[in-house]
Amino acid sequence: MSDAKVIPLNPDREPDDDGRSSFLGEQPLAGAFRFLRRRLEGSYEVDDFGFDRELTTDLLIPSLRPLYEKWFRVEVHGIENVPSEGGALIVANHSGTIALDSLMTQVALADHHPAHRELRILGADLVFALPFVGNVARRAGHTLACNPDAERLLSSGELVGVWPEGFKGVGKPYSERYRLQRFGRGGFVSAALRARMPIIPTSIVGAEEIYPVLADAKLLARLLGMPYFPITPTFPWLGPLGMIPLPSKWHIEFGEPIMTDVFTDGAADDPMLMFNLTDQVRETIQHTLYKLLMQRRSVFF
Amino acid sequence: MARVVLVTGVSRYLGGRLARLLGQHPDVERVVGVDVIPPPDDIGNAEFVRADIRNPVIAKVIKAASVDTVVHMNVIATPVGAGGRSAMKEINVIGTMQLLAACQRAASVKQLVVKSSATVYGVSAKDPALFTEDMEAVRLPRSGFAKDSVEVEGYVRGFARRRPDVLVSMLRFANILGPGIDTPLARYLSLPVVPTVMGFDGRMQLTHEDDALAAVQAATFGEVPGTYNVSGDGVLMLSQAIARAGRVNLPLPTPFASVMRNLVRRFGYIDFTSEQIEYLKYGRGVDTSRITERLGFVTGYSTRETFDAFLLAHPLGRVLPWDAPEMPASVTTIGGAAI
Repeated sequence: MSDAKVIPLNPDREPDDDGRSSFLGEQPLAGAFRFLRRRLEGSYEVDDFGFDRELTTDLLIPSLRPLYEKWFRVEVHGIENVPSEGGALIVANHSGTIALDSLMTQVALADHHPAHRELRILGADLVFALPFVGNVARRAGHTLACNPDAERLLSSGELVGVWPEGFKGVGKPYSERYRLQRFGRGGFVSAALRARMPIIPTSIVGAEEIYPVLADAKLLARLLGMPYFPITPTFPWLGPLGMIPLPSKWHIEFGEPIMTDVFTDGAADDPMLMFNLTDQVRETIQHTLYKLLMQRRSVFF
Repeated sequence: MARVVLVTGVSRYLGGRLARLLGQHPDVERVVGVDVIPPPDDIGNAEFVRADIRNPVIAKVIKAASVDTVVHMNVIATPVGAGGRSAMKEINVIGTMQLLAACQRAASVKQLVVKSSATVYGVSAKDPALFTEDMEAVRLPRSGFAKDSVEVEGYVRGFARRRPDVLVSMLRFANILGPGIDTPLARYLSLPVVPTVMGFDGRMQLTHEDDALAAVQAATFGEVPGTYNVSGDGVLMLSQAIARAGRVNLPLPTPFASVMRNLVRRFGYIDFTSEQIEYLKYGRGVDTSRITERLGFVTGYSTRETFDAFLLAHPLGRVLPWDAPEMPASVTTIGGAAI
């Protein structure tokens, strides 16, 4: 191993040409060994939010990539609408029982954006209260969906992702697929207005079909302290096998940015403007969803 | 302006060092240090007066020396040495009440600086990543040092209302660590096998003890009153700190963690409250931009450098076989802009 070529794994290193950097490169063993050693020594950096860049680019994204490329075969449209630098707020529709749509969007931007942008996802508080899940979410750069965190990330030039439908969106029954739920209280609009960063309405097609929710076992959900308990054709009947998502074909379309720097300083305190902007974002996403659904040949191809 | 400064808690590590530093300051004419036991270390030019701040005698000390600046360092985080948790609470809460009562009567007092703690922000999964001074705790602390700090701050705010002519500053320190100071966190991290909560990993911010002293001085001489967060830049994950120390991380499922807490508590080695368990799970971050903007204060050590300084001074031996990682002087900034 002494003559093995050492693959640098510096957090600030340039990704490979295709952006698919991971230690599984030319010298997988040496790279993996060095990676492991750094993890065991604790010699890595996390930012104030707990984002662990090295772990995310070298382990988390690569482990999601097969799901993204082979299983859902995600097609990305309008990636040029996402700026190469500076802050922006990605606002997208939420579906699919578990938040795979958020993770796939993160992979899409890391792999397919020319600047390999890191998406900082805003998650529900429940996510961060869960053991393991919350921990991995923080490491992956996600943080609590609250205005202080959103504004702080946006103002420091980060690309932030929010799924304002929340649990209403992910947990909705199959019969209501692609029908947008209420967009929270529009808090994401005020965050973007205060930080003066553009909003990018994003539409995700395909995630609705991965776990078709036939019913919600509300009593069970309440007992388990979960926001909903999905009953799908395979879950919970097949046990862990029922947790395998259906291999639907996905499309993610990033829409044209809605600029917020055209408004005056006090705009974030104007509720009417907030409602209007929220509606505008919601309508844009809904129309794009219909358009993408019209173009789709089948759920699986 | 020659000043007369009263420092409480002068027989404890930070208080003693602060008294010595203030005694060397050109603007300070006299430093009076009070505590219930004589200071174990040299406090330099400072005069020691044996007085209990839980006792009205403190008013006489302030009057006799015509003190104009009171630096309240006697809000203590560890019951070890204080004589248990109830004595600790009495020192913190009753002590502060008595001290403030004395200050309110003393016309000579013009400035009050209080050592508080970032624990006033509580800990929960619903916390924002970084707390600014204007934010309130999502979940208020209900026990231990954190609750004492909340109560102390409440009394200090009351005092500030009643004596608007006094400049009042409160410094909310993230965990103070360093080569010399003994804190519950230092003891916890010195365990050869460090129990943690399985599936969770808190974000820790640390303040170097030298930075803590510098911040108190900045507040004392800066004369811009207010509440300020103080911490080294960047965060360290708990598991990362344990790894850097070469200790064994022992993740325990949540129910076991509570059992462990009760055992440790009964053993009396560490005051381990349920808030501290939550801290190990979620950690906490504070935004320190205000003290930089208003007082021009910048910490000399980042969180990571503070931790490394602590490790260097505590040659407890590494439990794990591999060597300590190199210690780069890198600084993490907000939002990951300069990682």
